[in-house]
Amino acid sequence: MRKLILALFTVMQLISFSAYTADVTKEQIKGLDEQVQDIKNDVIDLTAGLLQLEEKLLFPSNSQFALFVSLADPEGLRLDAIQIKLENKVLAHHLYTFRELEAMQKGGVQKIYTGNIKTGEHKLVISYSAKETIGGVMKRSANYTLKKGVGPKFVEIKIGGPDAGSQGLEFKDW
Amino acid sequence: MFRITKLLLFSLLSFSVVAENTIDNAPELKDIFYGESLFYAFQDKHFDAISKLDAELDQYYALDNPSLDPFNQHINHAEFSVGSFELAYRMHQRAGRAIKSIMESNLNQKIRNEAAFRLAQIYYRKNQPGNALDVLEKIKGEMANDLRVDEIYLRAQVYISTGKFIEAIKLLKSIKNEDKYRGFALYNLGIAYIQNNEEEKAVPALAELGQISSDDRGVLALKDKANLTLANRMLEKESPQQAKQYFSRVRLNGPFADRALLGLGWVNAKAGRFKKALVPWSILQKREITNEAVQESMLGVAYAYSQLHYYGQAALSYGKAMDSFGYEIDRLQESIKSVREGKFLTAVLNKQSERDENWLHNLRDLQDTPETRYIMSLMASNDFQQSLKNYQDLAELRVRLSYWLATLDVYVELIEIRRQYYEPLLPVVEKQFKKLDARIRLRMSQRNRLDQRLKSLVIARRPEYLASAEERGMQDILATQELYLSKKPQKYTAEVKQRIARLKGVLHWNINEAYDDRLTNAYEQMQTLDIYINKLKQAYQSFVRTRQAATQSYEGYGITIRQLKTKIKENQVKVDGIMARQGRLIEAMAVNELERRRNLLEEYQIKSRFALAESYDRASKKQQKAEEEKIKQKIKQQENSKKSAEDKAPVEEIQENKQEQPSKEQPSQEQSVDESQGEKTGENVQ
Repeated sequence: MRKLILALFTVMQLISFSAYTADVTKEQIKGLDEQVQDIKNDVIDLTAGLLQLEEKLLFPSNSQFALFVSLADPEGLRLDAIQIKLENKVLAHHLYTFRELEAMQKGGVQKIYTGNIKTGEHKLVISYSAKETIGGVMKRSANYTLKKGVGPKFVEIKIGGPDAGSQGLEFKDW
Repeated sequence: MFRITKLLLFSLLSFSVVAENTIDNAPELKDIFYGESLFYAFQDKHFDAISKLDAELDQYYALDNPSLDPFNQHINHAEFSVGSFELAYRMHQRAGRAIKSIMESNLNQKIRNEAAFRLAQIYYRKNQPGNALDVLEKIKGEMANDLRVDEIYLRAQVYISTGKFIEAIKLLKSIKNEDKYRGFALYNLGIAYIQNNEEEKAVPALAELGQISSDDRGVLALKDKANLTLANRMLEKESPQQAKQYFSRVRLNGPFADRALLGLGWVNAKAGRFKKALVPWSILQKREITNEAVQESMLGVAYAYSQLHYYGQAALSYGKAMDSFGYEIDRLQESIKSVREGKFLTAVLNKQSERDENWLHNLRDLQDTPETRYIMSLMASNDFQQSLKNYQDLAELRVRLSYWLATLDVYVELIEIRRQYYEPLLPVVEKQFKKLDARIRLRMSQRNRLDQRLKSLVIARRPEYLASAEERGMQDILATQELYLSKKPQKYTAEVKQRIARLKGVLHWNINEAYDDRLTNAYEQMQTLDIYINKLKQAYQSFVRTRQAATQSYEGYGITIRQLKTKIKENQVKVDGIMARQGRLIEAMAVNELERRRNLLEEYQIKSRFALAESYDRASKKQQKAEEEKIKQKIKQQENSKKSAEDKAPVEEIQENKQEQPSKEQPSQEQSVDESQGEKTGENVQ
């Protein structure tokens, strides 16, 4: 019996050893790569279903409200942080990483908040701090009256740019 | 050797293509959600970008009239973007299918040309140049301006890979001065010439690249690579002077510096200039010991000393090299053991939190542990890099699936809380709603009847419809009197009859006279009523929506959540299985590479051992010879000066000299390394 166990152990050792010493072929790499692609595909499709469920469950269309942040003038300033208040309560606060800022400078739009809100008018206060190209630090704040109707509400907060007001902010209802 | 050089060239060629980014900037946004997916894509968060953009595309195609949706203005760009994100996420199969569908669509020719270009890129990257060429042949008419040069460059690359070198040369010549492909086009031109057996033209092309001025790191690396390639080629052709010139052009801080320093040393060694060979090798010796070139340079230094007849110094260098090799062999053994224990994969995954576009390079910053020590050496292989990226992607998928599974459990709980809250409330609310609903419907129907009557009055004048209640009462009284009059005319006088007729006339006059004012007034009243009716409708609809939302907040999720959970669990099993296989593959590749390095070092160690023994032998012979010479000279001097004196030389003195001499010889040799020495050629250690 001991001999049998020893023999089995030896075989197991050889198998595990051969796993490391065997040559790795191009076919093996390619085959595994295709399997990885397939599973990525499956998980992406699954995620789409999960996101839909999440939206339906947590943010029904009649109360959904989302805020987006974008940069109108990518070269003009370097956004550091932003704070959004709704009815005098902090709704979102974000400190920007270099990669996020770079993505926004290229034209990406950040979805900073998604939630639910009653129909009617609501007061938003947006404050942000940024570094200007000339070197100074600027802090600005602006108010916006949000009119929530029956359907979902999406508002883009555009920072900088020629159409921005004295506070350097422009709002767009989508 | 030259074949190997070509392979290296091709590996760099393919690298340059993979590094290309197809989506650089967002177009002017017409759809905010497209901007959101770009936000993730620009941060290399490809999974999120694909998921979001896929969801957008699904919604768009599900619309009855998609052309009215704002996303319609981005649809072509979005289709390419999703393909591009899939490529960046190494999902070539899916990216290919997406782009192929555009190619086969009825979209305009420029868009289909662009699709063909993208598909050809995928085939080329997947090492299927034949398919890439077939797709490129389908491009008809002009390409979009921003892709014109890209298409030429890709076509040239495909031509090289399919053996159409003359066509490739023609195309590459036309774009060699384009900024975007500056350096890359020249490099490929050199390759095309070499492949076409026109080396005399390849050398000037690569030499031109070797002297290009640029701030771009990629171009500078390519410039170094071109110089290194040329230098190696010149070495093969026995032209050390030219080789030296090309080696010297390689930057000292570039990725090819170590190999250039090593090569420069060998050029000098081949020419017998061992002292000069020592200069680059000495610089190289101080660099990272795990580098293959650094390890080889240790042998080179010792070899140069031995060729300069500094046997003592050579022996010391060989000894030092042997110690280093021994130490590194132990460390490699430790690394192999550590990799086999799975620590390498753990270390790589721990670094995952800092993922960004340079994550591969950042692996250099990993703590020095056995499992990560030779990581940069492993990274040289493209297959290894791809496998590692796949492994990291799988780890990320595993985290996502676990997150969703946990989140679904939370959702189940949330739904149950909602059910417990709403279920007792809704029947009561429903009962009240039914009562209110009946009343609202009644009022609405009354309002609609009134509205219809008013509208009919505009078409046909009907003053009696607008008579007041008093007037209608009077009309009824007069009608009753007339009835009596007709039944018993004898009871009424003519005066009464006349009065009834007059009163009827007055009533008719009043109703007709006031008709216009009354009609206007009725409309105004209707408008006021509509304001209240609208408020009622809004309240009604809001109530219906809220009631529906309350019901929908907990009804109808059971099956969906169960199905999603099952799918998540199935995918978790799949991911775990593939991840285990991918991990084993990576470990096998790592162990193979580490064993190769260990075997190489063992070979170096054996060579060093023999060379060390030889150096000791030569050093002791040299020393012995020198001592003998000195003794002979001394004896001769003594014989000459004290010819008449006694022949007995003090043996103790000679013995003292013997002991002092070796320690004196060594510094004198050290000093002479800096001085000009006789140069002798010698055999290459390799």
